[in-house]
Amino acid sequence: MKTLSEHILDIVQNSVSAKATLIEIIVEEDKITDLYSLIIRDNGCGMSKETLAKAINPFFTSRTTRKVGLGIPLLKHNAEAAGGSFSLESEINVGTVLTARFQLSNIDRPPLGDIWETLYLMFLSYTVGNLVYHHKTEKGGFQLSSDELKEVLGDVSYQQKEIREGILELIRSNLEEIEVTK
Amino acid sequence: MTKIKSLADLRKIKEEAQSRIKLRENSTNPDQVVQVKVGMATCGIASGAKEIMKYFVEELEQEAIDAVVTQTGCMGYCYAEPTVEVKLPGKEPLVFGHVNKEKVHEIIDKYIKRGELVDGIIPVSFKTIDD
Repeated sequence: MKTLSEHILDIVQNSVSAKATLIEIIVEEDKITDLYSLIIRDNGCGMSKETLAKAINPFFTSRTTRKVGLGIPLLKHNAEAAGGSFSLESEINVGTVLTARFQLSNIDRPPLGDIWETLYLMFLSYTVGNLVYHHKTEKGGFQLSSDELKEVLGDVSYQQKEIREGILELIRSNLEEIEVTK
Repeated sequence: MTKIKSLADLRKIKEEAQSRIKLRENSTNPDQVVQVKVGMATCGIASGAKEIMKYFVEELEQEAIDAVVTQTGCMGYCYAEPTVEVKLPGKEPLVFGHVNKEKVHEIIDKYIKRGELVDGIIPVSFKTIDD
């Protein structure tokens, strides 16, 4: 994965498969402590201790279509390669919290990438629950949830040109305002 | 384009465009429209499925085709990512492998618009996956 956006898109799929009705993506940048953290939290079905221990193994997956599961190991690798850390906590029927930390200034920290496109595609596909994105920098914070969008847009198709461009612009301009690190 | 900074701005955009805007197709009659599912598990994303999904949304809109574009998981054809499953109304779904931007055009022009088959179909007795 070349960008954090791609990791987010990938990891959120795990929460969707876990039948989560609330998925929170939290990105926090701190220039003072030189820390860039990504937290993905869901209220899905969770994992047992045994499954949790195996989740970071690239040769473990709960799928039946193939024998490898690289999403989590790739993110863990990228975090550790960028002077950071990785943790995964889960409880059956409560949910899962994934935390990946990167050294903000590290040259190996993947860039955020086109998060607006990524969020748009996630909002388009994930319709069973609430997906919330938070981004915090020292300039402020930005938050957008799929419930808010649903409330404003109602039954209108997100694929409609004006709406698509509107959602993209909303995310991009707000992230510009809080000066997110690219 | 005017700056869109808040949900209120977005609401305004929606109201201005309301007359021309379609309702969310999938909430009304999913079987009556073209369904495009882009494989977006780790394998798909790493091969550029995000760009392909975005491109499908833009091109289908451009061509004014009623379609629902969504993500799906890994269909087990990791070697052929990005993979795209296309289901025309009343037909069995087809899976296309190694989809790039040119292939997107080919799929839309030939298969979706005219029902002609194009190269790159993964030939199996395919069943849609649930996750």
